[in-house]
Amino acid sequence: MNYSVSVQGKCFNFQNLRTLLAKASPRRAADELAGLAAESEVERALAQRLLAELPLSRFIEEPLIAPEIDEVSRLILQQHDAEAFATFAGMSVGEFREWLLADSSDLSSLSFGLTPEMVAAVSKIMRNQDLIAVARRCRVVTRFRDTIGLPGRLSTRLQPNHPTDNPRGVAASILDGLLYGSGDAVIGINPATDNLDNVCTLLNLLDEIIQYHQIPTQSCVLAHVTTSMQLMQRGAPVDLVFQSIAGTEAANRSFGVDLAMLGEAKAMAESLGRGGLGSNVMYFETGQGSALSADAHHGIDAQTCEARAYAVAREFSPLLVNTVVGFIGPEYLYDGKQIIRAGLEDHFCGKLLGLPMGCDVCYTNHAEADQNDMDNLLTLLGVAGCAYIMGVPGADDVMLAYQSTSFHDALYLRHALGLRPAPEFEAWLDAMGIFNGCNSLADARATIPLLSEFRGISGEPL
Amino acid sequence: MNDPWHSLRRFTQARIALGRAGNGITTAAYLDFQLAHASARDAVLKTWDVDGFAAQLQQQSLAHIRLNTPISDRTRYLQRPDLGRRLDADGLKRLMELAEPGFDVAIIISNGLSSTAVETHGIPMLQHIVARYAEMALSIAPICLVPNARVAISDCIGALLQASLAVIMVGERPGLSAADSLGLYLTYAPREGNTDAERNCLSNIRPPEGLSYQAAAQKLAYLSREALRSGVSGVHLKDDMPKQLLG
Repeated sequence: MNYSVSVQGKCFNFQNLRTLLAKASPRRAADELAGLAAESEVERALAQRLLAELPLSRFIEEPLIAPEIDEVSRLILQQHDAEAFATFAGMSVGEFREWLLADSSDLSSLSFGLTPEMVAAVSKIMRNQDLIAVARRCRVVTRFRDTIGLPGRLSTRLQPNHPTDNPRGVAASILDGLLYGSGDAVIGINPATDNLDNVCTLLNLLDEIIQYHQIPTQSCVLAHVTTSMQLMQRGAPVDLVFQSIAGTEAANRSFGVDLAMLGEAKAMAESLGRGGLGSNVMYFETGQGSALSADAHHGIDAQTCEARAYAVAREFSPLLVNTVVGFIGPEYLYDGKQIIRAGLEDHFCGKLLGLPMGCDVCYTNHAEADQNDMDNLLTLLGVAGCAYIMGVPGADDVMLAYQSTSFHDALYLRHALGLRPAPEFEAWLDAMGIFNGCNSLADARATIPLLSEFRGISGEPL
Repeated sequence: MNDPWHSLRRFTQARIALGRAGNGITTAAYLDFQLAHASARDAVLKTWDVDGFAAQLQQQSLAHIRLNTPISDRTRYLQRPDLGRRLDADGLKRLMELAEPGFDVAIIISNGLSSTAVETHGIPMLQHIVARYAEMALSIAPICLVPNARVAISDCIGALLQASLAVIMVGERPGLSAADSLGLYLTYAPREGNTDAERNCLSNIRPPEGLSYQAAAQKLAYLSREALRSGVSGVHLKDDMPKQLLG
């Protein structure tokens, strides 16, 4: 279907829904690289106006990719809950925006009535404050050994990466993070290599630390899903299965995965029954631009592709999902302004679609961004009710060579906004003498027993 | 004021035991970070002295060919990854003239995001790789030097040279603690349109802190042998090399 509008004697044509969505997107290097972006600010503003007038039902009638050639599109249609959609069936995108802003109820029960495209569309006509105000009201709670996503809580993934996966080096960063109150979402290592022996060593290290110190958290080594599956078959202690995912079948294929494989991995991890408190066993990472980078975007803009990845994620009831928003580089998100906007969009879309959404607030050294941009996004996401952020020593990931958020950043955010760690983890921090019982670091941390008793590899003291 | 566990820094370069001022970092830690970020930003924009690199290959009698992408400017390189995956017309023509069936391996070298990385580690890394492939009796095409290229250019070059394996050595994005990390990417049966799932990657090659040349070359040889044996590379080629085989 063709969409067009005339202004001041000039006619603007958008040949289909995909194009309209792309042209209505806030400015983004990825869409410019793909040749999909609006060619002028006026064209963008008019595309947004047309988009606002569109009935939400249009997104069911006009799939962005033919379902016959794309399993993610089939999944989106199959997930759609017509009963839950009834509330919005008569609304336009613009009316839906106003409904979201005016309503004050918890929005989490509606998520399967909405498709990723509807959510992406409305985000394109929302300001940053709108994205924050609405996301705040979407509470998504998940459990494994502790509880993620409760109101008033902010969790962190402790990310103790090491350039050569040296177990002592990894353990040293873990201890540092724990002593700064970090690690309740997961202790998650990006391995330097996917070598099976290597990943298995790291899994055993994490398992020993968590078991020995009875830490109410879970571990993950962020290897490819097939590596985790092979290691589960060999009896390795896998808590969470990780995978990077994207919003089209072709992009997922470029990651070496499909829906069936993810389903199989989830079933294997569930059968291990390691959770205790709950059975959310999957951990997904996403990020705008990944489908374009794999030349698998089908002419869909980066932000809409990203929202479609959340349909994939929610199919597997994950414990954690985070966008790695600034990791992809300036070809996709050029500067701090674009990274901040994308982070807020991803968090909003993920939450509205029912995901336990966190964010890797980050940038690379070839992007036009710095720590001040990260402080801004971090603070905005804290207000928006983000489930978790990353905790990297000094914000400097020495393996992946990018900057994320630090243990200190999490303390700042919790203090500024009155947020606390996951309740089970907070109790552990208090019991260990790391926290002082008032959601702050204790003073005398030099005498904390954990410091002298900490076990690294094979039960040996560090 | 550092934290009492500062001695753990002997195990990692990570910025642990930083101490704190309230919930913030100390002034010294802040200033260190700013300087490191400034250095990394400058490193990204540094150009590669290809003449100097080629002269070193010449001295060692390593056959090579110099090619270009359509990009000559570092800022444009950052903004146009699509162009970094392509050869210019002249490069395409010369490579087609060079191609003859029968090369086992095409080796491509680019500065990527860090000229410092190839200038620091490129030659010794290449020597280790060439030695390993010689032991395996694999034939190597003239080494392609391509400034301002992306990893996927190895598909196009490997296909034109009709090589069974393409290996690209590329400077990795500078981090705060290291601006000289090299990466190696291996692709079996390179052809245009290969996806990243079809590549095996070795990263953080940066002795003495990162992976050593010897370990990287051994791992690359292992993966090459397995790729040639099984006819596949990437996520379906699992690195099951026992740790004790690594030097």
